[in-house]
Amino acid sequence: MGCVEALNYEILIRDASFKECREYIRSHFPESIDVEPGFKIFEVHTIGVPPIAVGIDGDFVIFPYTKPCHGTFLLRVQDAEEAARLRAQKTGR
Amino acid sequence: MEPDTIAQLPKTALLVLGCPQVPVQTSIALYLVSRLKKASITPVIAGNKAANTLLVVADPDRHYLGEITDLDRAVAQITEKKRDFDQCFVFIHNDAGISYAATMGVISKAKLYVLVYGEHQEDIVQQITFPCIKMVAKAVHNPLPLKKVIDEVAPWAA
Repeated sequence: MGCVEALNYEILIRDASFKECREYIRSHFPESIDVEPGFKIFEVHTIGVPPIAVGIDGDFVIFPYTKPCHGTFLLRVQDAEEAARLRAQKTGR
Repeated sequence: MEPDTIAQLPKTALLVLGCPQVPVQTSIALYLVSRLKKASITPVIAGNKAANTLLVVADPDRHYLGEITDLDRAVAQITEKKRDFDQCFVFIHNDAGISYAATMGVISKAKLYVLVYGEHQEDIVQQITFPCIKMVAKAVHNPLPLKKVIDEVAPWAA
């Protein structure tokens, strides 16, 4: 089980809906992939209504993170390895 | 000699709690746990720290509660196929609740029930487009409208 607090993240949007996050990612980032709930990003299982959009911008990964009391946060984390892994998922489809 | 019947494992149910800011959640969770246990269904509660603590303090001698686990841990165990349940009840009064319910619908093989309550239950239920059994009532402080709907559905008898 991963913990998002271990990541050096930037919050792009807070207390958003899952739809707002999906639309923001698709309209603001050059690359995105759709994943199913439970898909692991940085050892964190994603929560959401499928399809869950995940953005890739250079070495940055942009993904939704949901908390029961605070809605969904859109987080941006710089990690070239994870960005490459997600990019490979995209091309592998 | 072959046995006449094959012993079946006891049924299990996961109760996925939402943010405890709406008072009926704790009351309805205890009620549902009680009804499930009476039907020989083993309930497991999964919530955040605040939601779980509200239940633990309300039932100090554990007359009703059984296992209680962290919500993130439950999601991880189910996703990694280490654990699953026969039934899953997701408490929903906000957008995050919809996300958790949709997630359970994908990662778990459990029969999915959603309990939708609060002030804006109709708006929320319109956003639930994935397969599940819906139990919906306008309920914030008074749990009886939601209890009535649950009793009509009687998921413990399913």
